Amino acid sequence: MDSAAVQAHDASGHDQAGRAGEFNLVSANPKSVLTGAHFMDGDHAACEGALAAGANFAAGYPITPSTEVVERFAARAPLVGATFLQMEDELASSIAILGAAWGGAKSFTVTSGPGFSLMMEHIGLAAMTETPCVFVNVQRGGPSTGLPTLPGQGDMMQARWGSHGDYEIIALSPNSPQECFDLMIEAFNLSERFRTPVMFMMDESVGHMTEKVVIPPADQIKIFPRRFTALPPNEYLPFDANGDGVPEMVKAGDGYRIHVTGLTHDERGYPALNWRSQQKLVSRLVGKIRGHADEITHCNEYLMEDAEVVLIAYGITSRVALAAVQKARQEGIRAGLLRPVVVWPFPEKRIRELASKAKAFVVVEMNLGQMVNEVERCAAGTKTVLIPHAGGNVHAPEEILQVIREVTQ
Amino acid sequence: MSVSPAINPVEPFLRTERMPHIWCPGCGIGTTVNCFSRALVDSKLPLDKVAVVSGIGCTGRVAGYVKLDSFHTTHGRAIPFATGLKLANPSLNVVVYSGDGDLIAIGGNHFIHAARRNVDIKVICVNNFIYGMTGGQVAPTTPLGATATTSPYGCFEAPFNLPFLAESSGAVYVARWTAYHVRHIAHSMVEAFKKKGFAFIEILAPCPTLYQRRNKLGDGLETMRYYKQHSVIKNGASTRELKLDLKGEITVGKFVDIERPTLQDAMDQRYREVLKESYCGRGGA
Ligand code: SF4
Repeated sequence: MDSAAVQAHDASGHDQAGRAGEFNLVSANPKSVLTGAHFMDGDHAACEGALAAGANFAAGYPITPSTEVVERFAARAPLVGATFLQMEDELASSIAILGAAWGGAKSFTVTSGPGFSLMMEHIGLAAMTETPCVFVNVQRGGPSTGLPTLPGQGDMMQARWGSHGDYEIIALSPNSPQECFDLMIEAFNLSERFRTPVMFMMDESVGHMTEKVVIPPADQIKIFPRRFTALPPNEYLPFDANGDGVPEMVKAGDGYRIHVTGLTHDERGYPALNWRSQQKLVSRLVGKIRGHADEITHCNEYLMEDAEVVLIAYGITSRVALAAVQKARQEGIRAGLLRPVVVWPFPEKRIRELASKAKAFVVVEMNLGQMVNEVERCAAGTKTVLIPHAGGNVHAPEEILQVIREVTQ
Repeated sequence: MSVSPAINPVEPFLRTERMPHIWCPGCGIGTTVNCFSRALVDSKLPLDKVAVVSGIGCTGRVAGYVKLDSFHTTHGRAIPFATGLKLANPSLNVVVYSGDGDLIAIGGNHFIHAARRNVDIKVICVNNFIYGMTGGQVAPTTPLGATATTSPYGCFEAPFNLPFLAESSGAVYVARWTAYHVRHIAHSMVEAFKKKGFAFIEILAPCPTLYQRRNKLGDGLETMRYYKQHSVIKNGASTRELKLDLKGEITVGKFVDIERPTLQDAMDQRYREVLKESYCGRGGA
């Protein structure tokens, strides 16, 4: 399995921090960047990614298999000017990071399935109040307590719509420790760019596998800074989204005397409990993600130029799928892999394009069918086959290869 | 009362464009907000550095009416939000302003842990003995025998003694007043603002629409009369012994005023001790 090769074929063709085009990116703070080649697992790499991204506040509650992320952060925080607090539960962790964000910090929390369920309340509040922050979920088998020490990918739809009400979210899915580092920076950048909570959907395998992780010098890491307003308090409307649907922010204590509420609100941030305000606000919250899907989505493609059979897989599963694709090629089958790196918003456009060329889509995921429904929706009739797995262990490449053979017959 | 609105001392602290407020006539919450405004004047806190955090409920709406940085969060979670806010921005004076159901039932776990950690936040709890916003349901503060919509035959669960809970969890400042004790409330708030650490003020307040009416306790005015006649000020009283029930004596006063390191101080001190010059301080990354 060659994850470096997967990364080399970045279909979006541009480096992630550079996507934001017209915005001024800044270099990472060298104090927080552990430049060099390391041998570390995905959990530790995610922590280093967060630090490099400028995270200076984390709150968490212990839960397997994610705890190493905050253990490392707890050790590193006082050395780099950051704050860590272990809270009494995930409800507290997930809102402490919102308080910290409004205090001016870049913040994140880390959990796994059962804790993720508890955090749904504040993923909704973060979406509604447009609070930039990152939620890391190192997925394990579920439902409920499930398989605490073994992998799963069963929280993908929960990451998208697990909190009540209507909203859109951004979610990323790394497939290696190196990506846990790299994509964490992208996660923070996207959360600042769009003022939205970003879900960082790891899995136990990626979290606990140890590989080489190269951390570049700070000046090569590009950070999207918070979009603080330049307007004076008397001209500033906290939720007036001028232009691209994303309002500029302030922090508490700067004299703006803002009001921030989870109630439906108007541009002033004041409660406005009527259908017109609801329509306007929720449409904008959803629209700022959907309307920028081309800027946000990000896929890696491997051997796709002439592919008849398109495998779709994300996270750890994409590495097994790649092994199967390579074996299929040896047999002369024109198989390729499309790997959503940003899983939400879904790379709808790309799948639709492929649907006109491919013979079949084969979706490999460690659940009994979540992302496959999205693929099927965009496949417009092109044959779509799911290779499910309830979790606890990755797929066997042979099992995937067998399905590839079958769909080409 | 003949106070002209122009010189109403509260007005500069309110988002007047949001008036009229949602509270019922005779409700005690507005009275506590008056006291809060008075305390802000008296304490001379820089208003740009005061942030109010509320949860959900009738009192939870306070954050929406004060002309300060204000956060109306989720049900029960004002305290952990405030914890993050304060740690990220230590120059803020963070006040949590919420009701008994919000802070003590659904938010009870956060309440005891913030007190234990001695987070430097001020918690003002308006106790109206029921859930007001949702129509008068039984709360962990409802006195034995009192009726509520979900305890139609009278409450049979023992209520929390909030000052005792706060003190035993680690609060460094604990007081209880009723909405009748406006000067005492304002004075306690000033003291709490000056105090470093987790300060807790319980304010018993009439909810004439639900609690008083259902329990035939009269209107707001009558409740004030009851508060006046039945409250006994016992500063320094043992919180374990405080009286409060449906119709009897109410112990009010300041019960706890002690010093111990705040979460932030303890954190800094520990890091400095162990890490020496490698400790970077906080808020820098
Ligand atoms: S329901 Fe009770 S607590 Fe709520 S506003 Fe009315 S009187 Fe006040």
